[in-house]
Amino acid sequence: MTEIQMQSNPDEQNNAQGKRWSLIFVWLLVAVLLLVVGLQLWKAQLGVVGVGEVAPKFSLTLFDGEEITPADMEGKVVLVNFWASWCIPCEDEAYELQSAWEYYQGNEEVLFVGVDYSDTNTAALEFLDKFGVTYPNGPDLGTRISQDYRMQGVPETFIIDQEGIIAYVLIGPFQSVEQITTIIDALLGS
Amino acid sequence: MKLKLPLVIVFLLLLTLTGTSIASAQDPGPEPTPSEDEVNRIAKNLYCPVCENIPLDVCESAACAQWRDQIREKLVEGWTEEQIYDYFVVQYGERVLAEPPRRGLNWLIYIVPPIALLAGGVLLYRLLRKSTRSTPEENVASTGKVKPESTPQDDKYTSLLEEELKKRQ
Repeated sequence: MTEIQMQSNPDEQNNAQGKRWSLIFVWLLVAVLLLVVGLQLWKAQLGVVGVGEVAPKFSLTLFDGEEITPADMEGKVVLVNFWASWCIPCEDEAYELQSAWEYYQGNEEVLFVGVDYSDTNTAALEFLDKFGVTYPNGPDLGTRISQDYRMQGVPETFIIDQEGIIAYVLIGPFQSVEQITTIIDALLGS
Repeated sequence: MKLKLPLVIVFLLLLTLTGTSIASAQDPGPEPTPSEDEVNRIAKNLYCPVCENIPLDVCESAACAQWRDQIREKLVEGWTEEQIYDYFVVQYGERVLAEPPRRGLNWLIYIVPPIALLAGGVLLYRLLRKSTRSTPEENVASTGKVKPESTPQDDKYTSLLEEELKKRQ
């Protein structure tokens, strides 16, 4: 009887150890899952990059093949507009944005950049042609820029001051040219 | 003459075949238009980049129609399925793929469900085994019914066990 007990003890110990490791593994897995879900929820509730925050730097390859880099934006008031050809409110503000851009033509301190979000190049170019948009525009490849700006939807516009700080955020379309020029003029100090 | 006739037929057939192949080589014909099925076969493995959780083949938005057109264009240009998926990833990110690439945190999607299923199965099995092994007293407590303490089969196993123990002594 004693012999039997002695033989079964290592087995029981192994079983207990196995159980312990299984439990540790399961809890680790649960912890990692919770961490991933938590991070995603935290990111989702952060909202867009807000006024006063440092504007995420980005490079954008334009539809014509040229590239805009952070160096091109340095020391300028930059208007970054996220849009898409399938977005109806984007059509509503296309005229306002283009008019404002024309208003600042010749002013080296102002730069407009259109970031085309989740679109096809054909449709995007048709859109730009339809509304006569001439300021630099390019596709947001891999949606990296919109992710950096934590964009919620199109249209969305960020106006960045000369120091690279977000000075204005608009979720939705601009209603008038003055709405744009008032903000930019204030930043230019004119 | 008997031999010549089949030879002439063979010659004519060969001439026709060669002529057809030359004609087809010279005239490429109209560009093949991929069918809806061909487009949807690829579209079903991609998700609409702007609508939540809708595969591209069943998405009814104007944007999705544009993306399906894009797939069609690429197929006409001779792109392979893989090239089209890669293009979509470059343009819209990995989130458009119905099946995320097996790397980094994506592995969790592939590992966790089978492990959870296996662990659940093991747990269920152990619980069931434990419940069938419960003592007569526990059975009385849980069911309120008294079961016979031993059956003829139990006696058989007891005697076998006793015999085995005797042998060991």
